[in-house]
Amino acid sequence: MRISVRDLVRIAVGGVTARLTRAALSVLGIAIGVATLVAVTGIPASGQQALLEELSRLGTDLLEVTARPAQGDDVATFPAESVAMAERVGPVTGVSAVANTQASVRRSDVAGESSGVGVAVLAARDDLLGVIDGELAHGRYLDAALDRFPTVVLGSEAARWLGLTRLPDAGPAPQVLIGDRWFAVVGILEPARLVPAIDQSALVGWPAAESYLGFDGRPSVLYVTAQEDAIEDVREVLPATVHPELAGLVSVSRPSDALLAKRQTETTFSGLFVGLAGVALLVGGIGVANTMIVSVLERRGEIGLRRSLGATRGHVRAQFLTEAVLLSGAGGLVGVVLGTAGTVGYALWRGWPVVLPPAAVALGLAGAVAVGVVAGLYPAVRAARLPPTEALATA
Amino acid sequence: MTGADGVVTLDRVTKTYDGRVTALDDVSLTVADGDLVAVVGASGSGKSTLLHLMGTLDRPTSGTVRVAGQRVDTLGDRALSVLRAQRIGFVFQQSHLADRQTAVRNVETGLLYAGVPRRRREALALEALDTVGLAHRAGHLPHQLSGGERQRVGIARALVTSPAVVLADEPTGALDSVTGAAVVDLFRTLNATGVAIVVITHDQEVAAALPRRVTLRDGHVVSDVTTSPGDDLAGGLPRQVTTSPGDYLGGRGVGRG
Repeated sequence: MRISVRDLVRIAVGGVTARLTRAALSVLGIAIGVATLVAVTGIPASGQQALLEELSRLGTDLLEVTARPAQGDDVATFPAESVAMAERVGPVTGVSAVANTQASVRRSDVAGESSGVGVAVLAARDDLLGVIDGELAHGRYLDAALDRFPTVVLGSEAARWLGLTRLPDAGPAPQVLIGDRWFAVVGILEPARLVPAIDQSALVGWPAAESYLGFDGRPSVLYVTAQEDAIEDVREVLPATVHPELAGLVSVSRPSDALLAKRQTETTFSGLFVGLAGVALLVGGIGVANTMIVSVLERRGEIGLRRSLGATRGHVRAQFLTEAVLLSGAGGLVGVVLGTAGTVGYALWRGWPVVLPPAAVALGLAGAVAVGVVAGLYPAVRAARLPPTEALATA
Repeated sequence: MTGADGVVTLDRVTKTYDGRVTALDDVSLTVADGDLVAVVGASGSGKSTLLHLMGTLDRPTSGTVRVAGQRVDTLGDRALSVLRAQRIGFVFQQSHLADRQTAVRNVETGLLYAGVPRRRREALALEALDTVGLAHRAGHLPHQLSGGERQRVGIARALVTSPAVVLADEPTGALDSVTGAAVVDLFRTLNATGVAIVVITHDQEVAAALPRRVTLRDGHVVSDVTTSPGDDLAGGLPRQVTTSPGDYLGGRGVGRG
């Protein structure tokens, strides 16, 4: 005699809800595993999406050109005409440069006060901000009117280290000591997403660096933008173009790639976390198995009654298996809800778009059901094998 | 349908547990259509084993059991289950009702494995509840019912499939004597409608109220007495059967097998 799936589910729901606290705890065990699985895949996916959106906003057309020092030199520099040479390459849309002046910066001449240790004083061309897509937080950037005077623009971190997080609206600009000369701080930059080195720098005008800091006019880093589709070609020709004699020492990197790689390691939870989710699911499954075994022991009378009412061993087995799957399936649903809530909460906190990989949700639910089947199998078989007379005798 | 042999027939049935303990020894017994039988005996006399064998819940070590004309030993789990679902009704000392289900839902459980479609179950269950006089309690939960009422719900659950035989294992064991007597009366009423009923009991009063009494001792049938419907139950029977526990009148029973 077959019984309908609807009847089977109705019996199982009755069996599960009759012991609600215990059922809830079993559900919770599975839910934690599934929630972990959803969150450890949803959160990195959201971070990845945020990164892709950020990169498409920042653009991926920027190249950074650096060189290793030639033998006998302390610092690596490019020829002074390298900027003009790079501009002549066809698909190049912009070139700018900075040069390390090797000068130091301090907040005041009193020793020990807010330190500028770690801040690099760079000579920077007036077009730098446009090429690296940087933005000003306060004040103004260097331009033709300022770049020959002792004025300085601070990167975001450099400004913080020097204790200058904002500029006064009125009155004289704050001053910092670069080398042995006072420079007026005219601007502070927002963090430069693609070129973090700029954040830790103090930027002075190219002519000013030559006048006051003994700078020789040779750039140390070039920033080149080019048409996206030609970027790899440009990358190929740049070393020989900017440094014909020592092209072998020149390396060209794409900051967007570096950012991508860095963020991926930050936001991609390793296999360890997925393993953790698996362990949580396993423990949840053991909880379900335990609940079902206890349930079978407690419900011998019910099993005996059902057998006397005409339930086959198959019916009894199906009933207990269905109960186990109900518990774990409910755990799966609760877990998906919790995992989704966790992912949404974290993404909102970080200002990311929310991405829930459908595969993770499907895998979580399927995994929960599979765990239920495996966990329920042994108790169900035990219930089915219980001789009806024994089941009734112990009731 | 039940054939000339009766509803339940045991032919030279022996049941041995673990090859050592013999619970039933060479027992032959027939329950005919419309019988109302009390099976009495002390603890360990084999009453429960007899009921389990009649109900196909257990198989004999030797001998044959027929239920509704079918030899039970040749049937597998599925076929036996169908037999139990459709031809046999069980009543237990504990009524085994589901706590969170109303009386009528509990009775419907009796139809669950009998292949009765869902839409027809409630009407049949209400009918069965009406038969046991509990139509007005159909919507009550078990804890809202008295012990006697719970047992009546259990009887309705056994009856709802219109079985050929109802097997009751100490149905009055958990009830006070007045309530128990009412349950016995109910069995008599039900039996009058044609269903065969076997009541296992250790209560001599209950046994005395039923027309046929089979007495077991140490796995043997020691007496099988039938009082014809016209006999005075109170006067005629106790003289023959209800003596002191050890004083069974073996050999004086009316053999029916």
